[in-house]
Amino acid sequence: MSERPRIATDTRERRVGLWFGLLCGVTLIVCTASLLFGAGAIGPAQSLDTLLRALTGRMTDDNAWFAIESLRAPRTAIGVLVGAALAVAGALLQAVTRNPLAEPGLLGVSGGATFAVAIAIALGADAATLRVPVAQFGALAGCLAVLAASRVRGAGEDPVRLVLAGAVLSGLLYALTSLVLLFDERTADEIRFWVVGSFAGRRPADVIALLPGLGVAGLMVIGIARPLAALALGEHVASGLGHRPRLVRLLVVVAVALLVGSATAIAGPIAFIGLVAPFVARALAGPDVRATLWLCLPIGAALTLGADVVSRLVVRPSELPLGVLTALIGAPVLVAVVRSRRLPTL
Amino acid sequence: MTVPFDAPPLSLTSPLQAEKLCVTYGRRPVLSGLDIAFPRDQVTAIVGPNGCGKSTLLSALARLHTPQAGRIALEGRDIRSYGARELARALALLPQSVTAPEGLTAAELIRFGRQPHQSWLRQWSAEDGAVVDAALAAADLQALAHRPLEAMSGGQRQRAWIAMAIAQQTPVLLLDEPTTALDLGHAIEVFELVRDLAAEGKTVVMVLHDLGNACRYADHLVAMRDGCVVAAGPPSEIVSRELVRELYGVDCTLVTDTDTGAPLLANVRRAR
Repeated sequence: MSERPRIATDTRERRVGLWFGLLCGVTLIVCTASLLFGAGAIGPAQSLDTLLRALTGRMTDDNAWFAIESLRAPRTAIGVLVGAALAVAGALLQAVTRNPLAEPGLLGVSGGATFAVAIAIALGADAATLRVPVAQFGALAGCLAVLAASRVRGAGEDPVRLVLAGAVLSGLLYALTSLVLLFDERTADEIRFWVVGSFAGRRPADVIALLPGLGVAGLMVIGIARPLAALALGEHVASGLGHRPRLVRLLVVVAVALLVGSATAIAGPIAFIGLVAPFVARALAGPDVRATLWLCLPIGAALTLGADVVSRLVVRPSELPLGVLTALIGAPVLVAVVRSRRLPTL
Repeated sequence: MTVPFDAPPLSLTSPLQAEKLCVTYGRRPVLSGLDIAFPRDQVTAIVGPNGCGKSTLLSALARLHTPQAGRIALEGRDIRSYGARELARALALLPQSVTAPEGLTAAELIRFGRQPHQSWLRQWSAEDGAVVDAALAAADLQALAHRPLEAMSGGQRQRAWIAMAIAQQTPVLLLDEPTTALDLGHAIEVFELVRDLAAEGKTVVMVLHDLGNACRYADHLVAMRDGCVVAAGPPSEIVSRELVRELYGVDCTLVTDTDTGAPLLANVRRAR
């Protein structure tokens, strides 16, 4: 029996590893594109020339270098971080609710973060660093509210009902956000572009403000990935394997709040990345949530940053809000997921 | 004839015991002061009418329910004193009607059984791989290792789940109605696997719907009614017309299986 090839070491793992490498390569290409293309006067050829000169330590054109280093580089970093965070948050939320439609933007998690930030700005807080914890708190409240609603009898069984509960909560929160903007003109100016989702005009300091929340969430995800995978077999089986389902669920909710709060604070509510990226990742990775989470990192980053690059180019010299673009990609995917036969068996 | 269930020799050799166990759902008592001991390295079947508390007893033994009173001892130690992973290395549970996510293969399912043995420091090891291979072999699933569970027969799928519990390498295995929704042939596959496990030195406790299968495949029978143990002992000693009538309210003729010596129920009819 010992000379038999080992069955337990799986071919699926190797395939997922291959996909991960490939998708990281795609993400790198998108990052390069993000540094080369912009809505302004500095074209891709000039950008490439400047970038190569800078990399080899030669003199560069100041204007072009400014556009790349101060405008496009932080924007690229934010695109990667926000995209990966939203994708992982979506995959986590979907695993814990066993519902492929559970998306932070659809469930009111982003809505909670948006509303909290709008309140904070209306109350006079305008420091960007304050936004992150406020948004995380709002995301946590939104997350808990919609999960409580899904606990209502019968609602948890039907994936579409959870989304309906989330849509109601989202609608309410965005209405309240609009109300705040109505009463406060200064807030309205500051927040209007943010509220549709955008990466424009972010500074390197904004990127740094994201790192603590994302770092903590990352560590939490590493810790709960294994029990979360076991939860897919049912609560009793997971308990029987030595896990504590309640604790795991609580940690997932906190991690989702940290991720979505960070992303929303910096980029505004961006819908559908948390739906589309895990949907693609699951198709490539199979049923194990650990593999899905790994693939979500590059898929979310490439998708979000790719959408951002496109948003800079389609209506030059102005920009299309990113949230509009992700909704254009995401809505058809949502319809496809709902129509697919395999909906209830996550 | 009813044999006392707290006979001293049994409780001495029992890895799993409950004393004065009380469990209530809301205000309704489900188990009321149950004393029970499961014999080591044998197959015990818990039988009784619907709602008699047999599944609740199994859940309490796996610490999924907290009893209101009484205690459960695993290898002489109160199960409340076990850590979550420690308990999962001592006792495995297969709940009733389990489902796996679509696309999960038998080998992938069985790998989950190694989780209680893993931690941040101790990730997947060669030993885990060997245990999974052995569990596949024990459940006779080597040829189907990479087949998704939904593409298997009911009996194969149930054997894969039991193999996951085998991979936990626990001395005690609890199965809740492992043959519900299986036809006769597939049910027999599962029962024969259970017999093999006991022969290799596992204490198996299973809740069963069917008294006939319990008599045929269990060494030890626990008959429950209304949250109490009515009788406990080897099937050939405790199964009687009176017991069958007390449990299920039916009359029957009892004969002995000449091949196995187990009691057989014949001509079962409503009691008048």
